[in-house]
Amino acid sequence: MATNVAASRLEGTGANALELEGVGRRFGALTALSGINMRIAAGERRAVLGSNGAGKTTLFNTITGDFNPTSGTIRFFGEDITTLAAHERIRRGLRRTYQISQLFTNLTVLESVYLACRGVSRRRFSLLRPRASDGAMAQAESIVHAVHLDDDREVMVGTLSHGQQRQLEIALALAGAPRFILFDEPAAGLSPTERRDLIAILNALPRHIGYIIIEHDLDVALRVSEYVSMMHNGTLFTEGTPEEIENDPAVQEIYLGGGHG
Amino acid sequence: MSDISHPPRDGATPGKGWFESVGIGHLLLGFFLLVYPAMASDFFLTQIGGYSLILGMIALSLMLLAGYGGMVSLAQITVAGAAGYVVAIFGENNSGVYGFGWPWWVYGPLAILIASFASALIGWIAVRTEGIYTIMITLAVATACFYFAQQNYALFNGFPGYNGLRAPEVFGLNWRDPVPFYYLCLANAVVAYVAVLYGARSTFGLTLQAIRDNQRRMRSIGFDVTAHKVFAWWLAGLIAGAAGILLVWFNGRISPGTIAVGPSINILVIAIIGGLRHPIGPFLGAVIVTLMQTFAIDIIGAERFNTLIGMVFLVIVLISPDGILGLWERFKPRAGAEDWRSSLGTSAGKVENQGRKT
Repeated sequence: MATNVAASRLEGTGANALELEGVGRRFGALTALSGINMRIAAGERRAVLGSNGAGKTTLFNTITGDFNPTSGTIRFFGEDITTLAAHERIRRGLRRTYQISQLFTNLTVLESVYLACRGVSRRRFSLLRPRASDGAMAQAESIVHAVHLDDDREVMVGTLSHGQQRQLEIALALAGAPRFILFDEPAAGLSPTERRDLIAILNALPRHIGYIIIEHDLDVALRVSEYVSMMHNGTLFTEGTPEEIENDPAVQEIYLGGGHG
Repeated sequence: MSDISHPPRDGATPGKGWFESVGIGHLLLGFFLLVYPAMASDFFLTQIGGYSLILGMIALSLMLLAGYGGMVSLAQITVAGAAGYVVAIFGENNSGVYGFGWPWWVYGPLAILIASFASALIGWIAVRTEGIYTIMITLAVATACFYFAQQNYALFNGFPGYNGLRAPEVFGLNWRDPVPFYYLCLANAVVAYVAVLYGARSTFGLTLQAIRDNQRRMRSIGFDVTAHKVFAWWLAGLIAGAAGILLVWFNGRISPGTIAVGPSINILVIAIIGGLRHPIGPFLGAVIVTLMQTFAIDIIGAERFNTLIGMVFLVIVLISPDGILGLWERFKPRAGAEDWRSSLGTSAGKVENQGRKT
């Protein structure tokens, strides 16, 4: 699989889920991202590492359209999405989770996931109450099951524990038919057991769904990814397989601390 | 403002019989409202009953926006006024300006339609802002409309506005008479109330509440947040527009004073005194404010009325940010609480229920 992915990374536009060309983002005088070139094959699972402030979340925000890049082009499965509205990108199969949970505190777990399923379908607008036989409701139930929240489906999101809220974050990204997901530090603040759960959930994703995961926990990051990009000060510093990255002296210097390994 | 806008989960749970879904509270209230004309004088029927239902509907349109959508609007009376002016211009008036004399079944729907689009337009401007800025921008719109209506004689007939607006006669029944007018107001209020109550758990209702909780996340699960918010304004405009027609039939006139800043703040006061957690709140607030407007003047004098209503407002907001509904939630009798929860079910009630299960 790894060779296939590596091969398709070098191929033309069609096989790539995500292509970034010279993407940059400035906030006034601050350059948060500059000259990012990235090519991620469909189905590829990539980790993005880097110290705090390296520009990882800014990169996600420009890809999902939370704000547009100030320079460069972003293509999603060959289509230029650089200036598309955020919800339009989502409707094309792009999904994301947030570093700090962004949830609907006054809805129940099931209602939240139901809305996520409706949001990416054509029938996202209805003045009627959802019926039990509703397709989106059935899909929501299976997603709630997939992220191990069955027992809490009727619970108000605001009363969930931190770990459960992180699981719900992932559930919202799985709704509909995602083609590519951006996971922003999904393991942040999780206990060791919850981390194992998370790795199981990520590894159980259907093979055609690719993702980028930002993760500070190297154990998690290297176990769920096939290829790693390192960021530093808003630029792509280096790329390689998990082993290459782990053994790269420059990476150890910047990110892992000089004494590592 | 976000503290006051955390409403409801009503209890019409699937799988329950209709009696349980409706709830004993609604049945008692419905029975009382139906037989109210048998016990009330004409004055109490129209000036208290009818007027409270009309103000309640306008405040309900605000509750829909603020409670479910987190958008506090001060322009709801402006929307009602838009419908009122349409009635004056296309219906009959005795001001000698316009008054095309169209039948009520033409100018009525037209008035509601124009009001709803006016509301959507105000919403389209206002949804670019959040929180206190939404209040400010809608206040600015309301104030601009007031001055425009006051100075424009070509369309709005300026300061005097339009007089001699009368509710029509339908099938030999004169809607201007107290009992028919009361039932007309009641029917409209019930339709609006039930629609909001049902709609709160509809897909659109859930969408609106989710947008209130987290717009950013709604965008990242594929929703066009602006379009949904503007649609909520359009729906609120339908309710405020219908109430606007009833309001000018009740007053017999419309002038810039009807849509001035005072009345627009009054609607906000009504909604907050009643509570934004549940659609019944605006009607409770309307009854209280109407009673105070009618009788407090006799007790403390007309010039002190605003002081009184201001103090009542302050006390209620200080004791309970959720208005009368919040007070009820705190002090309701424990026996029978389940029944009330099923009809007035609130998030607090839901949390308690969960606590009990575990």
